[in-house]
Amino acid sequence: MSHILIYPLLIPILTASIALIFFKSRVFQRWINVLGSGLLLGFSAYLLYMVQSDGIQVLQPGNWEAPFGITLVADLFSALLVCVTGLKAFAISIYSLGDMDERRESFGFHPLYQILIFGVNGAFLTGDLFNLYVWFEVMLITSFVLLSLGNRKTQIDGAVKYVVINLLSSLIFLSGVGIMYGITGTLNLAAMAEALQDGENTGLVITASMMFLVSFGIKSAVFPLFFWLPASYHTPPITVTAIFGALLTKVGVYSLVRVFTLLFTQDIGYTHTILLWISVPTMVVGVLGAASQYDVRKILSFHIVSQIGYMIMGLAFFTKIALAGVIYYILHNILAKTNLFLVAGVAQKYVGSYHLSKLGGLYKNYPLLSSLFAISAISLAGLPPLTGFWAKYTVIYAGLEVQEWVVIGFALAVGLMTMFSMTKIWMGAYWSKLPDKAPVASDPGFKPVSGLHRVALLFPVMLIAAFIVGLGIYGEPFFRILFDAADQLLDPSMYIEAVLNP
Amino acid sequence: MEPLLAIVVGVLVAFSVYLMLRKNLVRVVIGVVILSNAVNLLIFTLGRLDRGIPPLIPFTESVPSEVFANPLPQALVLTAIVIGFGLFAFALVLTYRAYTEIGTINVDDMRMAEPPYEGEELPETAVKGEETDS
Repeated sequence: MSHILIYPLLIPILTASIALIFFKSRVFQRWINVLGSGLLLGFSAYLLYMVQSDGIQVLQPGNWEAPFGITLVADLFSALLVCVTGLKAFAISIYSLGDMDERRESFGFHPLYQILIFGVNGAFLTGDLFNLYVWFEVMLITSFVLLSLGNRKTQIDGAVKYVVINLLSSLIFLSGVGIMYGITGTLNLAAMAEALQDGENTGLVITASMMFLVSFGIKSAVFPLFFWLPASYHTPPITVTAIFGALLTKVGVYSLVRVFTLLFTQDIGYTHTILLWISVPTMVVGVLGAASQYDVRKILSFHIVSQIGYMIMGLAFFTKIALAGVIYYILHNILAKTNLFLVAGVAQKYVGSYHLSKLGGLYKNYPLLSSLFAISAISLAGLPPLTGFWAKYTVIYAGLEVQEWVVIGFALAVGLMTMFSMTKIWMGAYWSKLPDKAPVASDPGFKPVSGLHRVALLFPVMLIAAFIVGLGIYGEPFFRILFDAADQLLDPSMYIEAVLNP
Repeated sequence: MEPLLAIVVGVLVAFSVYLMLRKNLVRVVIGVVILSNAVNLLIFTLGRLDRGIPPLIPFTESVPSEVFANPLPQALVLTAIVIGFGLFAFALVLTYRAYTEIGTINVDDMRMAEPPYEGEELPETAVKGEETDS
């Protein structure tokens, strides 16, 4: 029984409540948001330390013994994700100080932001299938509001598509939960995994697993269920896009990994082959979509889809190295992809546009920003020694071990295409001359950001870039944690034991 | 009783799929609501329909005296209904905002977030967005 588990949930909801009490005071809300996110980062780092030193942490709220109560569980995989969520929450809360406009802040951006983090952490920490659904809904309803906050026409249009498809996915998930409850008689993940071990009802279990696959597939934007993502992610302000791109799809991937390592391992030859052949078109279509776009936010949105493909591919290989690679890939993607969104936001504040035809001259005028972009882009494309290289290397190495040559071939080709997209942004926005139609040159009313706003925008980008470089170069201790996490995923008995026989 | 409820669930799902494939956004939203009711009924059915006393334990005893009805699926359904209601309210408001802001509830005509590519032909009723920078 460990009370540290409750803090990653308690801190965001308390922060949100305090921010709501002082709804009228924008300044107070801003600083309570940063303070709460900072505290969250501290506590989630401590949680990771506890899980790493003392093994899987379990909390039974209200002292209801598992499987009767709702359990909170943190194994290394969850703890790593909670920790990186804390880091992102902190970085983006600082970034929002420089980016968010007065109107959105006075309509409650800060409390919503904290409740979103609350939902994400809840989904990572819960050990109960129905509770996972509830966390998903907490996350969804706040993301709906954040997406449509500000009421621009494009935002409303994007939100309509996002809302409808996500409601549908939640309902498919819920019916999957119902079927699993009907088969096993429990909702606790550990008890369910134990009940499934005797191998009865395999056909029905696999049917339910496909419902989970479709539902989490919509949430994590895999082929052919990803169309909502590039249609909506570019519409809200860049702060919101960054936090969505960092966390929401990754919660989908987390849930996929959780159910397909803990529950649905009866017929790996069938279920994981489906996963493998979903991953290939996800990678390819995502990267091709990115190649056809000229708006930086749309390019990056399509790259989210393509990167999800690598994670699903690693899950489909289902070996220790592959799962370690998947976890590394999720963490790397949360860091590098959001950093690219944040950099794009800073560039927009300097030059006034997200469109490559109206961007230019950044390398000449803003060398610091250019180097930050270069670090993140090179990491995303997978060049050594940054995190992206190790993430891709690990997943592909695992593929070579199980001899899936065709899939590996596609993965390598997609890596090359990613490099192409990043070069396109570099050529269009950084090395090219500043075009005449750029707002900074053509619109006398446009002022590039400066002063404290600039510090607030650049500090979080530098912080995350430091993590990308640091984890890439000094990666060995980190890899040890990853291999331990993969061991815990591959051997569910540890998880079951920790929850049911504390 | 189970086969009957199973058929009801199936019919409800069929209705909702039909509605969700319409172009009218209001019908799509109503389709989602019907689907959520179908799922609630599915959970209720999967919790086994057995006749029994309410799951209340008399004051003098510590275990129920007879076979009792399983309360958990009802708790789940109740939670799902509450969540579904909140989301439905939001979806309706969003539909209304879409109508007042964009001026249409035909989902094919909403092209604000994804403006047409060069040379792409749209129906004449489409409300086109422009490439904006903000």
